[in-house]
Amino acid sequence: MGPQHPSTHGVLRVKLKLDGERVIGSECVIGYLHRGVEKIAENRTYQQFAPYVDRMDYVAAVSNGLGYCEAIEKLLVAEAPPRARVIRTILTELQRIASHLLWLGTHALDIGALTPLFYCFREREEILKILEKYCGARLTTHAFRIGGLQYEAYDTFEKDVERFCKDFESRIVEYETLLTNNRIWIGRTKGVGILTAEDAIAYGVTGPVLRASGVKWDIRKAMPYAAYDQYKFEIPVGTTGDTYDRYLVRMEEMRQSRLICLQAIENIPPGPIMAKVGKVLKPPPGEVYHAIEAPKGELGYYVVSDGTVQPYRVRIRPPSFINLQAFDRMVRGHLVADVVAIIGTIDIVLGEVDR
Amino acid sequence: MADEPKEPQPPSVPTGEQPASKPSPVSTPAAKPADAGVPATPAKLAAPPAPPKPPVVLQTPLNNEIVARYRAKFGAAIVDAIEDRKQAILVVESGRLAEIALYTRDEEKFEMLSDLTAVDWPKREKRFDVVLNLYSFAKNERLRLKAQAAEGEEVPSVVGVWVAANWLEREAFDMFGIIFSGHPDLKRILLPDEWQGYPLRKDYDILQQDTAWVRENLGIESGQ
Repeated sequence: MGPQHPSTHGVLRVKLKLDGERVIGSECVIGYLHRGVEKIAENRTYQQFAPYVDRMDYVAAVSNGLGYCEAIEKLLVAEAPPRARVIRTILTELQRIASHLLWLGTHALDIGALTPLFYCFREREEILKILEKYCGARLTTHAFRIGGLQYEAYDTFEKDVERFCKDFESRIVEYETLLTNNRIWIGRTKGVGILTAEDAIAYGVTGPVLRASGVKWDIRKAMPYAAYDQYKFEIPVGTTGDTYDRYLVRMEEMRQSRLICLQAIENIPPGPIMAKVGKVLKPPPGEVYHAIEAPKGELGYYVVSDGTVQPYRVRIRPPSFINLQAFDRMVRGHLVADVVAIIGTIDIVLGEVDR
Repeated sequence: MADEPKEPQPPSVPTGEQPASKPSPVSTPAAKPADAGVPATPAKLAAPPAPPKPPVVLQTPLNNEIVARYRAKFGAAIVDAIEDRKQAILVVESGRLAEIALYTRDEEKFEMLSDLTAVDWPKREKRFDVVLNLYSFAKNERLRLKAQAAEGEEVPSVVGVWVAANWLEREAFDMFGIIFSGHPDLKRILLPDEWQGYPLRKDYDILQQDTAWVRENLGIESGQ
């Protein structure tokens, strides 16, 4: 199956071993989009590399940027000012909603529900408009800078976010009306691709996939970064770890992200948006591992500095890559038609898997 | 931040602009409130020359109970224990990595392998660092295990301890050519199977590629 199959969300090739219609083994063949991002990093300065990270998980570029900027700030022993941290949080949460919407639309489409795609893209468009107004780009945003932000929030930023959040409440209900109690949807997702909590942990699976298996773990709570320690939100968890649970978890996460955004725009502290980090960044020698909760799971950056202007090593721990590894575990025993559902439910982005 | 000149700030900034409230970003020890709003100028006026700050020590030897337990259990196999920017690092002997990993998972409760990767230091006698970033749900802590390996030296695979290591070790093999002994299926993962060379090694130039492979499979002279 693949690499050009429409349901593989990019260029993923899956070798399936079948017994009739049942899958008895599988192997993922990846690397079609390998660009050597980590090698490029070693040949760029710290700031020059920042736009590249947007090209990994290109449907959630803002989250990638946040992880990278914060990792380098940790390496520099610097910290972004409070105002920058709050604006970062708002944009990252909007991006999480956008990423989940894209997932929902395409996942439903894969399973045969055509309608949600149009609704999801309608709302996603609103978020992309906010991002575009903020930094001029819709997808590969490069919204943040090491040390804070380059751009101040535009005049109607809070209003736009608020209007989106107000509208969005009823939109989620709309999606749920279409899917949550839909018999076909339930039939295609319940009991499909079960991953137990023990397996999930052993496979290093993170993000909504881990939470749907019943592990209440979210880096935003466990090791807060940006401004997450200031806001109240819940971590939704599932019980069985099947495709339906993962659907429910992501739906609830969108609601929680919306609540975070609403809390954050209430009070964006005044002050500078950029810490004083200097034009030429030379982090003192050493290394740091910094992880954030990206829409797809733990996005980690392991950066080694040798004291020069270029990183000695940048290792990116992509959530999609590691979550995809559990695919084989989830797919065994299911029908070929379920393979599509399981690929969709892991929510992979091949740009990030292959780097 | 060696290149950031510690400019003695012009003592008065009464213009009402922001510089007074800038949280001093660089090289103060990590925990810093970064409070905005409170004008910091009076203190600056009191001591205008801004005495040269002592170089901040970011790496310190680590000596806590965990390290003590490891030392008691594995003795000389724990080569070093350091803390870098408040993150714990244990350098272990590569030959005993799998054994130490098992202990780390079962006794120290680092249930999840977040990441496994490598770093190349070609000038060193043992050029590779195999780096494992671990996470413990029970303690909400991270730990980094590092093992040094020479070129061609086999590193025991930890797939038996964390299944997640399967693809990660394959990637380290793909990019660095590190052999993990005991890995169930050690082959390239991102690059084509027949590719020659290991791109993330420091002696592999950024423009370098397996030209023979590119010519044969893509029918062009250069993959760029």
